[in-house]
Amino acid sequence: MRAAGLIFSNIHDASIPELTSRRTMASIPFGGRYRLIDFALSNMVNSGITKVGVITHYNYQSLLDHIGNGKDWDLARRNGGIKILPPFITAYDNAVASKVYSTRLEALMGVMNFINHCEEEVLVLSDCDVICNVDLSAAIDAHEKRDADITLISAKVNTAAQDLDRKAQVLSYDAEGKLTDLAVYEDQQGDVEICSDIMIVRRSYLQRMLNEAMARGYTSFYKDIVYRNLGKDRFFVVHYDGFFARVNSIESYFRCSMRLLDRDSRVNLFYRRNQPIYTKVRNSAPTRYLPTAKVKNSLIADGCVIEGTVENSVLFRGVRVGKGTVIRNSVLMQDTYTGENVKLGCVITDKDVVIKDNRELCGHESLPFYIGKGMTV
Amino acid sequence: MFKKKECVAMLLAGGQGSRLYVLTHKTAKPAVNFGGKYRIIDFPLSNCANSGIDTVGVLTQYQPLALNEYIGTGLPWDLDRNYGGVKILPPYQGKKGADWYKGTANAIYQNLQFIERYDPDYVLVLSGDHIYRMDYAAMLAAHKASGAACTIAVIDVPIEEASRFGILTTDETGKIIRFTEKPKKPESTKASMGIYIFSRHELAKYLIADAEDPKSANDFGKNIIPAMLAAGEKMMAYTFKGYWKDVGTIDSLWEANMDLLGEKPVLNLDDKSWRILSRHENAPPQIIGENGVVENSSITEGCAIYGTVRNSVLGENVQIMEGATVVDSVIMGDCIIHKDAVVEYSIIDRDVEIGEGARVGKAKDMAKGIAVLGEGMRVAANAVVADGAILPE
Repeated sequence: MRAAGLIFSNIHDASIPELTSRRTMASIPFGGRYRLIDFALSNMVNSGITKVGVITHYNYQSLLDHIGNGKDWDLARRNGGIKILPPFITAYDNAVASKVYSTRLEALMGVMNFINHCEEEVLVLSDCDVICNVDLSAAIDAHEKRDADITLISAKVNTAAQDLDRKAQVLSYDAEGKLTDLAVYEDQQGDVEICSDIMIVRRSYLQRMLNEAMARGYTSFYKDIVYRNLGKDRFFVVHYDGFFARVNSIESYFRCSMRLLDRDSRVNLFYRRNQPIYTKVRNSAPTRYLPTAKVKNSLIADGCVIEGTVENSVLFRGVRVGKGTVIRNSVLMQDTYTGENVKLGCVITDKDVVIKDNRELCGHESLPFYIGKGMTV
Repeated sequence: MFKKKECVAMLLAGGQGSRLYVLTHKTAKPAVNFGGKYRIIDFPLSNCANSGIDTVGVLTQYQPLALNEYIGTGLPWDLDRNYGGVKILPPYQGKKGADWYKGTANAIYQNLQFIERYDPDYVLVLSGDHIYRMDYAAMLAAHKASGAACTIAVIDVPIEEASRFGILTTDETGKIIRFTEKPKKPESTKASMGIYIFSRHELAKYLIADAEDPKSANDFGKNIIPAMLAAGEKMMAYTFKGYWKDVGTIDSLWEANMDLLGEKPVLNLDDKSWRILSRHENAPPQIIGENGVVENSSITEGCAIYGTVRNSVLGENVQIMEGATVVDSVIMGDCIIHKDAVVEYSIIDRDVEIGEGARVGKAKDMAKGIAVLGEGMRVAANAVVADGAILPE
């Protein structure tokens, strides 16, 4: 294999404290039956990558549960396959907290062993807060042809549709695809070309940079490695123009979910030829629509039983919609139960939420009402 | 090295299922789709997995490709075990020559070697023709407690239907006195479900004797069971209560699918205590479009409904385009029903495309019968497929 993958599962956890209080960014449920890491993993697997390291930090039980042995992504392998890389803390470290990394660069330094033991010349790095379906093998081809040190995958986003924050890197490049500038997002409006945080790196280059970073105490990947060496080392950009969303708040999570109801977006994300999105199989029965069901413009996973009305909503596996219940513009996660004559509008329920008969709950598109895991209303 | 297993299951999956016509032209009957995301064989395999039986030999013969592919390593049923697990057993060439499986008993006889490797005390014989959920462990416990040579699972059927089945007459303790295949005048309503547990050595003894008899049809119902009864072996009936349906005909397959619908379905697959497991494709969730209408239906992953679906069961990746209508039908998977097409009272196999404005079948109360379209059929735009038609011929 020419490339191996590395996924950061906890990076940007703090952006959505509601959904990450007990899970990683990687294991946030999305799109009816997926977790955010499914997109990063599927992109890698579809490009022929068979060895993936997943860097974790804390809160990773739900992630371990989701990934299992990696079979569902065809990553249960004798050679390579999926490897979870928890923080490396020895029994003799007293100040444990100080040993746990907090930035991308520190996380990479923590998995130097994995990087050193890879035989692949190329590493693909990805975060879990981006939702896209990229043909990485074409990008790896370009990376090799250009003899690049780092190739960043960029995407154009419109600030009217997608909120950006200062974690986004705005970039520009010339006609040959050479990276010309890179800077933290600063309230530009309209179409902005940002780094997707998916990148392809030459392994030997990364090893050299990590050693240098350790020697000099660098902490930021973009500032201390990319920006410092801009114009000197071989940095390129490959533009991606398919479905792209970045989840950076509960509001943006809500908006990304709603974008899946748009036919073109959905087809673009899920139905790319030879690039399916894989996820864990749960063996739910098909969804049953009862004679009283009225459903329109909704994305619905298997295992649901629908007796009431559902409009413009995303239902995860095993959701019950009771008789006379009306659900509009909402995201109901796995095994949410609604009784009879419930009304929900712009609500996000986490897993295993129970909403009893006759409750009415309403948020607003700009501030969806979130109900935590296992709550009863 | 083989570890001893208490009970090994042998699943007879070689039948052609000729009464399913085009649905079994390219696949063996156990691999026929059922209930949207299942195949018939998922039921006995899941029953084995849920009953703790982890060694299953699947005897294949007719059109095994789809079935072999589907079973694979057995992973979906947790039957990819280091010892045991699911094994496909096709007919093979031996030292004395090669033979097709001549009957159900002969198929097991030819694989006695397979059974012996696990040194089991009991052998469970199953068929891949029925939709049911059953705890074989409970039946095995009853078999062990009675000390019988053979236990046969039976279900009560209406007396008017009894002549379609193998009928057992028992005494008050459940001991079998008589067995008659498809009797004209049935004397009991206890029908054999085609599920047998044998004590292994007795089974081997009768199979070997049967194989040496050139006049035998080598069939469990016709030969083995009568021979054991005649020899005075202790044989017990085990009464099963619950949903059980033979899906060997177009009508019964349609009916069994419809049993999944309604407010309180007769067959509820959403029972987490006894999951039916199946091999899944990785399809996105289903989408119901802006003008989609779905009533009283079962719909699964990958479907896109922009038209109308009523009283129907849809398999994976079925697309119902704008203005199209599907009523009282079973659509098995990977099908496209184009704009304004109408499908009524039909069974549509996998990978079928129905052109714009085409009509398949007639309203149920006016139709002569169920229209059936075989795998890979293409129905041209505005074409008409008559009610009760079975295509391709």
